[in-house]
Amino acid sequence: MIHIIAFYLFAVMTVASGAITILSRNPVHSVLWLILAFFNAAGLMVLTGAEFIAALLVIVYVGAVAVLFLFVVMMLDIDFAELRAGFVRYFPFGALVAIVLLAEIVLGIGAYRAGNLELGTPDGTAATAAGLHNIEAIGGLLFSRYLFLFEAAGVILLVSMIGAIVLTHRERGGTRGQKIAKQNQRRPQDATFNVKPEVGKGVSL
Amino acid sequence: MIGVEHYVVVSSILFVLGVLGIFINRKNIIVILMSIELILLAVNINLVAFSAFLHDLTGQIFAMFVLTVAAGEAAVGLAILVIYFRGRGTIAVDDVNRMKG
Repeated sequence: MIHIIAFYLFAVMTVASGAITILSRNPVHSVLWLILAFFNAAGLMVLTGAEFIAALLVIVYVGAVAVLFLFVVMMLDIDFAELRAGFVRYFPFGALVAIVLLAEIVLGIGAYRAGNLELGTPDGTAATAAGLHNIEAIGGLLFSRYLFLFEAAGVILLVSMIGAIVLTHRERGGTRGQKIAKQNQRRPQDATFNVKPEVGKGVSL
Repeated sequence: MIGVEHYVVVSSILFVLGVLGIFINRKNIIVILMSIELILLAVNINLVAFSAFLHDLTGQIFAMFVLTVAAGEAAVGLAILVIYFRGRGTIAVDDVNRMKG
């Protein structure tokens, strides 16, 4: 019983906050509703026993991506009223596309329920071993069978990080950065010297 | 009893909402990026639900990779958005075709 209540709570909240995300007038509100949608989707995933993915969803999305969005939305000074201008004009076409897509999905599920499309069964090589926690099982699979895919995911993250830095970095004039070569060339005998000035006379620097 | 069908329904509604968001917020590229995130979330829900349904962890592994790609895409997309805004002072995507050769 508690499962059913929890599922419907999470599902309704996910769908509702997703809807408000795309309909909200203010993008800051959109981001906040998106965060709520991700939280509830994480709840949905916990219900199926996929705790690790749920935790990742909260950490990666709520902790990183949503905050990134929030930064960009708040940093750029944008006239959002102007951007909303085409809303009414585009709404019928968008709704048409959405309805067609939903009809296709419903049809697809109906066809799936009718059966008779046997694409094969899992061979069990990736099945959860009995008595393992979700995280243990995922770790075992990720670091053995999917090791190269895992490395590839790391490379993707590295490339996107470097790409984002290269794109947004700009040279500003007038800043005084560190010149490491010049620092290393400097020797003590060039930099300091002794003078013995006579009493009452100054030194020239 | 909650079955895999319930999850498929939730994820398909979320997917359609994401597509609708791309269409009705055509000028606001920030909301378009958020809609793409919604679509990827729907895909992830589907992968995890079927992973639990088939007792096969491959779905959860792939959900992780989808998550990775989504994070990278958001970072690069927002970086492009920032430099576009710096050059133009607006983020209306209608004007992007001025970029062509």
